[in-house]
Amino acid sequence: MPHDHADDAPPHSLLPPEPALRVKALETLLTRKGLVDPAALDEIIETYAHRIGPRNGAAVVARAWVDQGFRARLLSDATAAVAEMGFTGRQGEHMVAVENTPAQHNMVVCTLCSCYPWPLLGIPPGWYKSDAYRARAVREPRAVLAEFGVTLPEGQRVRVWDSTAEVRYLVLPMRPEGTKALDEAALAGLIHRDAMIGTALVEPPA
Amino acid sequence: MSRVHDMGGRFGDGAVMPGSENDPVFAQDWHARALAVTLAAGALGQWNLDVSRHARECLSPADYMAFSYYEKWLAALADLLVARGVVTRAELAGAAPDVSPLAERAMRAEAVAGALARGGPASRDGRAPRFAKGDSVRTRRPARNVRVAGGHTRLPGYVAGLVGTIERLHGCHVFPDANAHDQGEQPEPLYTVVFDAAEAWGAAEAPGDTVSCDLWESYLEPVA
Repeated sequence: MPHDHADDAPPHSLLPPEPALRVKALETLLTRKGLVDPAALDEIIETYAHRIGPRNGAAVVARAWVDQGFRARLLSDATAAVAEMGFTGRQGEHMVAVENTPAQHNMVVCTLCSCYPWPLLGIPPGWYKSDAYRARAVREPRAVLAEFGVTLPEGQRVRVWDSTAEVRYLVLPMRPEGTKALDEAALAGLIHRDAMIGTALVEPPA
Repeated sequence: MSRVHDMGGRFGDGAVMPGSENDPVFAQDWHARALAVTLAAGALGQWNLDVSRHARECLSPADYMAFSYYEKWLAALADLLVARGVVTRAELAGAAPDVSPLAERAMRAEAVAGALARGGPASRDGRAPRFAKGDSVRTRRPARNVRVAGGHTRLPGYVAGLVGTIERLHGCHVFPDANAHDQGEQPEPLYTVVFDAAEAWGAAEAPGDTVSCDLWESYLEPVA
């Protein structure tokens, strides 16, 4: 049987080598076939570039800090609790909130791909998707935390949550000392993305 | 046994580069386009999430390691589009395309917000769980898809053969090992299983550290 090597090459190798041109080629092809509406692509990009991001998660955490009833609902059924605040959808269908305590620090990874709670934190940062984080977070979380400038107090255990199914995790960080006077909005301003992944702590206001 | 994506615990990757929280969501414009094209193509309904994950995992190790994140998405998308007959190799290579019979399914701009806000839950009705919170279980070893050689599985290699404890029950979820291979959803009970880090790695960074995975029932067997 004649053997044509070109036919064995994976289809993706037929696209242009330069990534930006590769996307353009695919988008153009799918648009010409009627399969993709470029305006829909713009809408998807606008959603994740500007509308959905870590401010959502920060609002959830701040609410949990000031409202004990909400905190209890968040810890028992996070999907329903965050839906109360309007946060639902793709890559957040099954949410679990994990609470940091003096006894346990929580940290989230996806070793097999890049699973991440999009409705609450948006699109994952590059480091979360990096081989280094995926490979090392499970084996040496404390060494990875040190690279983020985080050292945990002696006696605090680490739990790493590997997101191997469709459950998505939000870390509920500890509320820092000296924030009693702050309202929910001011508290939300203290809460940054990495603290909700578990690679940072929430710092008190300067 | 495993594929290149199953990298939990691997040595040699160097430091994590945290970057800044002010970094743009998409480092390059084409990253945003790659994400959007992938989501829009997925909405055509010609494959499911497990199929698309498996397509990325099936990139050759050389391609997987050479490609940046969104390059993996694009390559897997191109491979899937051809495998499912949505586009032809000739079209990918630049031949004039025909309008697709699937065109009426294309996601329109006004449908995007609703589709993203709805998502696609993986929970299903199904059988009662075999295990209860606190039960000891042992994971399958080696980590593999028992239905399809080299097939998709969500049991990471680093926990294969370990004894862990059932910590949380999630009800039944679509079973990726079947769903990735067009064998239907075959939902199974899903559990959070927690492992002692010392058990997984030989030595933990600190006593009491743990790692958990979300695992389907057929990955697990009881430990007396």
